[in-house]
Amino acid sequence: MITMMMLTDILLALKHELIISLIIFLLLFWKIRFDNAHSEILMGLVNALLLVAVLFVWFEPIETLLFNQMFGSNALTQFQKSILSLAMLLISGLSYHWLKNNANRIEFYLLLLSSLLGMFFMISSANLLMFYLGLELSTIPLAAAANFDLEKRKSSEAAMKLILSSSFSSALLLLGVSFLYGCSGTLQFSEMSYALVVSPLSQFGFILLFAGFAFKISAVPFHLWTADVYEGSPVPVTAFLSFASKAAVMFVFVSVLNQVFQSMVQTWFLAISILVFLSIGIGNLFALRQENLKRFLAFSSISQIGYILIGILGDGSQAAASIYYFLFIYLFSNLAAFGVIGIVSEQTGKESISDFKGFYQNNKFLSWVLAIALFSLAGVPPTAGFFGKFFLLIAGGANAYLGLMIFAALNLVVSFYYYLRVVKAIFMDANESPLPKIEFDFTPKIALYFCLAAILLLGFYGPIYEHIVHISKAYSF
Amino acid sequence: MNLLFLLIVPFLTALGVLAAKGLKQVRTVSFIGAALQLLLAFYLLVQYQQIHVEGDGMLMYFEQSFAWFPSLGISFHIGVDGISIAMILLTSLVVVAGILVSYGMEHLHKEFFFLLILLSLGAYGFFIALDIFTLFFFLEVAVIPKFLLIGIWGSGNKEKSAMKLALMLMGGSALIFVGLIGTYYYSNPGGARTFSLMELANGGIPLQAQLIFFPFLFAGFGVFTALFPFHTWVPDGHSSAPTAASMFLAGISMKLGGYGCLRVATFLMPVAAEQYAWIIILLATIAIIYGAFATLMQTDLKYINAYSSISHCGFVLLGIGMLNKVAITGAVMQMVSHGLMTALFFAAIGMMYSRTHTRLLAQLGGLLKVMPFISSIFIIAGLCSLGLPGFSGFVSEMTVFVGAWQNPDFWYRLATILSCASIVVTAVYILRAAGKSVMGPIVNQDHLKLSDALWNEKVAAVVLLSAIVIIGVAPFVLTDLLSPGTDVLMAKLLK
Repeated sequence: MITMMMLTDILLALKHELIISLIIFLLLFWKIRFDNAHSEILMGLVNALLLVAVLFVWFEPIETLLFNQMFGSNALTQFQKSILSLAMLLISGLSYHWLKNNANRIEFYLLLLSSLLGMFFMISSANLLMFYLGLELSTIPLAAAANFDLEKRKSSEAAMKLILSSSFSSALLLLGVSFLYGCSGTLQFSEMSYALVVSPLSQFGFILLFAGFAFKISAVPFHLWTADVYEGSPVPVTAFLSFASKAAVMFVFVSVLNQVFQSMVQTWFLAISILVFLSIGIGNLFALRQENLKRFLAFSSISQIGYILIGILGDGSQAAASIYYFLFIYLFSNLAAFGVIGIVSEQTGKESISDFKGFYQNNKFLSWVLAIALFSLAGVPPTAGFFGKFFLLIAGGANAYLGLMIFAALNLVVSFYYYLRVVKAIFMDANESPLPKIEFDFTPKIALYFCLAAILLLGFYGPIYEHIVHISKAYSF
Repeated sequence: MNLLFLLIVPFLTALGVLAAKGLKQVRTVSFIGAALQLLLAFYLLVQYQQIHVEGDGMLMYFEQSFAWFPSLGISFHIGVDGISIAMILLTSLVVVAGILVSYGMEHLHKEFFFLLILLSLGAYGFFIALDIFTLFFFLEVAVIPKFLLIGIWGSGNKEKSAMKLALMLMGGSALIFVGLIGTYYYSNPGGARTFSLMELANGGIPLQAQLIFFPFLFAGFGVFTALFPFHTWVPDGHSSAPTAASMFLAGISMKLGGYGCLRVATFLMPVAAEQYAWIIILLATIAIIYGAFATLMQTDLKYINAYSSISHCGFVLLGIGMLNKVAITGAVMQMVSHGLMTALFFAAIGMMYSRTHTRLLAQLGGLLKVMPFISSIFIIAGLCSLGLPGFSGFVSEMTVFVGAWQNPDFWYRLATILSCASIVVTAVYILRAAGKSVMGPIVNQDHLKLSDALWNEKVAAVVLLSAIVIIGVAPFVLTDLLSPGTDVLMAKLLK
């Protein structure tokens, strides 16, 4: 019997999923009724509803397991879903111009929101099947979205690469899942953690699952698709790929590793250490030589993933908290950088570093936003990125090898170099004909100001970190 | 006194600069902020001397602590002792002078003054921090302003110098960072994890961890203070930077490193400091001699001052490495003295350069006849640099030598003698530079038309000069201030 009380609880537990579904239905009906008319009202409406989804973070969280214990909801998942909704909201705001000039904007929203819905189910999953369902729902629409610049060949190429590599990684992951099912006899996370013992088969299954995860977060050596896909996709999709899809997988990865594979900690500790070493090293080396800003950010994001993985090496909830906190900050730095690049590339078609030479002469505000976002990615104070990276390394320092920590710390200098290279182009390099003054609307301006304020102020506000520590202590494992 | 004012004033000044319109408003706001900060620093000194009683056992004064990230043991903990007050006074003097000297900065003036103030904010925060996370935060705050100041407003091969400086300082920070993590995890065995300087010092760090992590901390801070062989950013960075940035870099920023070596590395890991002292002294002696001889070969005034800074900062490290009260007092005095003297030197060079548009010795000459004030300042700064009695340079270097000689070990004495001998070389290059640039016949007839210092430049020079003379004539003003702080350190070392 479902009582009224339980029904409201269920609805509240599903509030993020419900509101995203609501937006999707709204978009579908709008498409049938108005087609492309009144697009500004529609975009305003979508943004408002996304804002509601973000604000859900202040609701009293409902702790429950639904759908035959496949779907869990608690304060942590609520926080994570709000972060992802915020990313979607900011991307929607920052790419306002691009969407306004694109005839297929409704489809764009549909694809990205479906992907977002998939991420929500993935985050809430308490069962490997549900997890797989969410994962597929979150990746397949993205391949279509990557193909959004319909007249560009690179865009189709990006879509092809994305769909092929993600289906390959899904296949690996599924094979791993079936082995693990064979070992433990269950797909439920909570039961698997007891049923799994270290054996060759379970380790093999784990490594396959692990490789599947590593593909999705594009950790080296599973990163080869990243740069081409980033370069070919339109900027808003790249931004979504680089933040939302990685963050969502990372959220699940952290809890699965600590929850399900606690008994195999020695196996994955070594595996993660290798991934950290390779991702930071290779990501940095390749980022040094990139000309195209999107490719540059692709490789720099690979090295960021390396730093995020260091966090996992730490102790339990502190490790998880440092990763969630870093991702929360990474959201603003990453999206601010992509936002500026998107605005510039939309209006001038320029997206290489040399085009940004002397950018400061005509575009002071955009220059500062981009520079501060890059400083935050590099982890230099007073930006929030400093706090994020410092806490990650502190968390990892609890267990990680000293050599790895030194390697990571010294690689911060390498990454500092390539971020400074862009800053140098913007502020210092002479250019006879710098990019003209770029005008942009109110909506992207608000989004940029919001990102800027977050980057500059977030780190100083300690209670946010403490809140994240609190919820990850309570709900991670 | 509430130490937060030391951060709030520069912060509000920076905001004021952003709000101001036009060069006149911007520079007036900056000057008012800097002058206010100078007054605050003196007020802090007076308050300290009223409160402080000899032997009261207080380690830090005016302490305040706010929980920041409690779950990691990070708090915003600030407080000062005599050593920090001396450094704060130095910073505020250099900032006032630096802002006065840049009154004519037309190009992107708002950004320029904003970054100068941000740089000084980092230094103030660094000197009052008693939590090593906070300290590290402020240390790195200053990196971006340095990079942009040199890269945008610099001269010569500015982009390359800016990049080199930023990367080397970042490398130093990375080393410090490894040291901090090691300190965090290995200190206080069994107790709660903390970044608080005092708690870490009380809890003690096991010898094994000290031996591993002391080199990281010391070398990391050493990069900032031109520890050989990490000194290579100094000549390029200083010579490419605009005048005020050179003054800030040499006068303030290099002192962050010396202060960190003392307050963090040596204070937290005294046993390791003793074990590694011979390496520190060796490197410091190399820096002193190498710096002095390298200066001999320079023909550019800014390069002369930059290389001589390497030599002079060597004395700071030499004093720290000797690990006794007199030598360490001398090291801190040398930091203050070198900060003032080198800022004055760079100011004089900047004033000359802005008029003659050259810094090469061969193209200058006879400037004393055209611009007597600037030239006199230049000569006085030079005399202070070579250690003429009556100026601060003499007392501080003398104190370092007296302290260093107390160590009876043969090699230590040899290092002291060699360092002492380098002063002769200093005299050679200073007198040569002064002789060629300001005395003798006028080389370039165009220079006859040039004007002497403006009022703002005069005030800047007088501010710095008076501090140099006060310390030189009455060194007890400074030594009394430093004594309690060094006592605490020595108690730690002897334990």
